[in-house]
Amino acid sequence: MKFWQKSLITAAFTTAAMAQAAEVNVYSGRQEELIKPMLDQFSKDTGIKVNLITGKPDELISRMQSEGRNSPADLLISTDVGRLHRAEVQGLLQPVDSKVLTDAIPAHLRDPKQQWFGLTKRARPIMYVPGKVKPEQLSTIEDLADPKWKGKICVRSSDNIYNQSMVAALITQIGEEKTQAWANGFVKNFAQPPKGGDRDQIKAAAAGVCDIAIANTYYLGGMFDDASDKAAAEAVKVFWPNQQDRGAHINISGAGVAKYAPNKAEAIKLLEYMVKPQSQSWYAVTNHEYPVVADVKWSQRLESFGQFKAEQVQLSTLGELNAKAIQVMDKAGWK
Amino acid sequence: MTSPLFSRTVTLLALLLAVPVLVILGSLVTPQPELWTHLLDTVLADYVINSLVLALGVGVFTAAIGTFTAWTVARYQFVGRTLVQWLLLLPMAIPAYIMAYSYTGLLDFAGPVQSQLRLWFHWSYGDYYFPEIRSLPGAILMLSLVLYPYVYMLARTAFRQQSGSLLEASRTLGLTPRQHFWRVALPVARPAILTGAALAMMEALADYGTVQYFGVTTFTTGIFRTWFGMGNQLGAAQLSALLCSFVLLLLYLEQWSRRKLKFYQQGQKQQEQSRQPVQGGAGVRLLLLCLSPVIFGFLLPALQLVGWALERLEQLWSADFIQLLINSFSLAALTAVVTASLAICFAYAKRLSGHWSLVLPVRVAAMGYALPGTVIAIGVMIPLAALDNSIDLWAEQQFGIRTGLLLSGTLVALVLAYTVRFMAVALHSVEAGLMQITPSMDNAARSLGESPVGVLRRVHVPLLRASVLSALLLVFVDVLKELPATLLLRPFNFNTLSVRSYELASDERLADAALPALAIVLIGLIPVILLSRALDRSNRGAT
Repeated sequence: MKFWQKSLITAAFTTAAMAQAAEVNVYSGRQEELIKPMLDQFSKDTGIKVNLITGKPDELISRMQSEGRNSPADLLISTDVGRLHRAEVQGLLQPVDSKVLTDAIPAHLRDPKQQWFGLTKRARPIMYVPGKVKPEQLSTIEDLADPKWKGKICVRSSDNIYNQSMVAALITQIGEEKTQAWANGFVKNFAQPPKGGDRDQIKAAAAGVCDIAIANTYYLGGMFDDASDKAAAEAVKVFWPNQQDRGAHINISGAGVAKYAPNKAEAIKLLEYMVKPQSQSWYAVTNHEYPVVADVKWSQRLESFGQFKAEQVQLSTLGELNAKAIQVMDKAGWK
Repeated sequence: MTSPLFSRTVTLLALLLAVPVLVILGSLVTPQPELWTHLLDTVLADYVINSLVLALGVGVFTAAIGTFTAWTVARYQFVGRTLVQWLLLLPMAIPAYIMAYSYTGLLDFAGPVQSQLRLWFHWSYGDYYFPEIRSLPGAILMLSLVLYPYVYMLARTAFRQQSGSLLEASRTLGLTPRQHFWRVALPVARPAILTGAALAMMEALADYGTVQYFGVTTFTTGIFRTWFGMGNQLGAAQLSALLCSFVLLLLYLEQWSRRKLKFYQQGQKQQEQSRQPVQGGAGVRLLLLCLSPVIFGFLLPALQLVGWALERLEQLWSADFIQLLINSFSLAALTAVVTASLAICFAYAKRLSGHWSLVLPVRVAAMGYALPGTVIAIGVMIPLAALDNSIDLWAEQQFGIRTGLLLSGTLVALVLAYTVRFMAVALHSVEAGLMQITPSMDNAARSLGESPVGVLRRVHVPLLRASVLSALLLVFVDVLKELPATLLLRPFNFNTLSVRSYELASDERLADAALPALAIVLIGLIPVILLSRALDRSNRGAT
C-alpha cells in the first residue's frame, strides 16, 4: 500500500471516529450560569461532550417543534413544570425507563408516564418584615385575601410564571370559583401596582412600602450573596404558609429526553448524573434550590429558612391549568 | 427602461424577506373567538391605549430632543461643539432594558437617591412624594432617552445638507433666524425628522424588556402572555398581526404627511453654510442644553453600570468573555453590511420603477422593525425548518440520504432574522438620502450612456455616503443590543454579550449583568466614533 493510500484510510477512520465521539445536545431553559458548570463536570467525568443552547423554555419548545424529526435536541431542561407538560402534550418528549431516576425522585415530582423528571424544587413562601408583622398573624395564602392586609402586600406581575403556577396550584386544590374570589380580594390588598421582579418585592418590603412580599426563596438566597442587596435580605423573614393543611406552594425545574433524540443513551446518562448527590447539592449551594433527592444535605442558607411541608399536587396538572390561571388573574385585575 | 434582471432579483429578495412577516399575518386565517372574547372583556383596551400612548410619547420626545440638538449642532458654533456632536450619539449604545434596570436601581425607593433624601430630611415611607420611574411615563422617558439619536442623526445630516443659499434666500426675503428655522429649515428637514421619529416609535412598539420590567401592559407583553402563559401561539401571532396594522397606519401617515414634499438638493452645495458663533454665557448654555440628554441618556446609567461592574471584575478576563466580544462584534458587522447593501438595492429599485409588485414586499419586510424580536424569530424559524425538513424528506426518498437541518440552527438563520428585523432602519436612512438627490442626476447620467446599475454605483452610492454610513451604524448597534432572536435562533454553544447580560439581568442579578452590558456599550461606541468622524469628513468632502 502506498503512503498516500495509507494516510487516506487513516484519515477516513479518524474522521469516522470523531463523528462517533459521544456527545449530547441540550436545550436548556435554565440559564447558562446555572447549568454550564455542572455540564462541564459531566463532560470531565464521562468524556461525553455537551452542546448547549439556552433560552426561554417556550421558545425552545417552539424550536423543537418546528425542527421536527431532524431536531438535534437530546435533552430539554425547563425551569418550571408547566413547560415540560406542554412539551409532552405536543409529543416532543419520549418515555425513559431508568431505575436510577425512579429510585431517586419521589413519584409526585416526576411524570407518571416517565416523560419528564423533576431535578430541583423551588419554593414560594411568604416573606414578612419582623416588627411590623408577627408570625402568629400569618397562616395561609388564602388568608392574604382578608381585608386586614389592605395595602400591605407586594407581589410581582401576573405575567410571571411563578405567580401563574401558584394560582394554578390553588385552582386544583380549592377550585376555580374560590380561587377567583381569593384573587379578587388578594389584588385589593396590594401596596402598589405590581412591578419589577421577585427581588424588587423583597426590597420594597425592606424599605417600608409593604409588610409582606411573595417571592421564591432562591431570590432571597441570592440577595444574601450580593453586597448591594444584603441589607434588604436581612430585613425580612420567611414564613411557610399552609403548614396545618396542604403545605406551601412549590414548583420544580426538570428535564425530559427529546422524542427524536439522536443521542438518547447519552441524554439518559446526563439525566441520571443530575440526580447524583453531588449534582443535587451543587444546585442547593449555587442557586439555593431545594434538592429533589431525599437525603441530600441542604446548604446553610436553605437550612436558615427552615424546614417546611410542601404541597403534594400532581405537578403535571399545573401545566394544564396555566391558561385558566391567567384568565382568573386578568379578571381580578392583577396586572 | 429599467434593467429587468436587477429589478427581478430585487423583487425576489424582497419577497424572501417578507416571508416571516407574512407567516405572522397568515395566522389571522384561523379565528380564535374564545381568546378574543376574553381579551376584549379584560385587557385588550389596556394593551391598545398603553401601546399608543407609549409610541406617541416616544415619537414626540425623540423628535423634540433630536431636532433641537441637531439644529443647535448644525447651525451654531459654541464651545465644545465638536465634542458634543458625537457625544449626542452615545445613548444609542445602551440597550433600553439595561437603561430601565439602572434607573430603577438609582431612583427606586431603596435606591441611593431616595435613601439619601430620607437621610437628609428624616422622612420615611409615605411622608413625601417621589415620581415613580416604573410607570408608563417612566417607560416613555427611558425609551426616548435611548432612541432620540435616530432623529438626531438623520436630522443633523438633513440640516447640514441644506445649502447655504437657502439661508441667504430667506435672509433676503426678510426672515429672522427663528422664522428661517420654523418656515424653511424645519419643513425641508421634515422627512428626515419624521423618519427618525417613526423608527423610534416602531422600536417603542416592539419593546418588551422595558415595559415588562416596569409593569406596563402593552401589546408586546400581551403577545408573550398569550403565547407563553396561555400556550396559544396562534393567538400570540394574531396579536402581533394587529400590532402590524398599527405600524402600517403609522407608515402610511408618515408617507401621507410628506405627499407634497419634494425637495432636492443640488448635488454640489454652492456654498457651505457657515455656523453662527455663539460666545460667552450663551454658548455655555447651549453646551449644557445639548449635554443634558447625554448626561441622562448615557452618563448616569453608565456610571451605575460601572459601579456594579467594579464589584464583579474577575469575570472580565476569562477566555469565554473574549469569545463573547468576538461573536457579538462579528455578527453585528456582518449583518450591518448585508442589511445596508440590500437596503440600497431596494431603495434604488423603488426609485426606478415604483411598481407595486416591488414596493409591497419591501413595505411588508420593513414592518419587521415594529415586531418583537421573538415574533420575527418564529417567523424565520418556521419556514426555514419546513424548508430543511422537506429537503431532508425529498433527499431520503430520492437517494436514501438524510440531509438533516441545513440552515436552521446556523448563523444564516440568525442573520436572516436580523435583516428582517432591522431592514426598516437601513431602508429609511437610505431612502431619506436618496430622496434628496434630484432625478435630473439620474437622467444626466443615463443620457451619458450609464446603465441603471451603473448610475447606482457611480452616482448615487458616492452621494449617499453619509446616509449609508448612518444605516450601517444603526444596524450594527441594533444587532449588538438585539436579544430575543439571538436567543431563539443561535447555534449550539454560541453566545453573545446581550444574551449573557440579559440572562443575568432577568435572574435579577444586576451586578453580574453589568459587565457584559458595559461591554455592549463600549463596542457600540467604536463605530459611533468612527462613523461620526467619517460623516464629518464626507460632509466636508462634499463641499
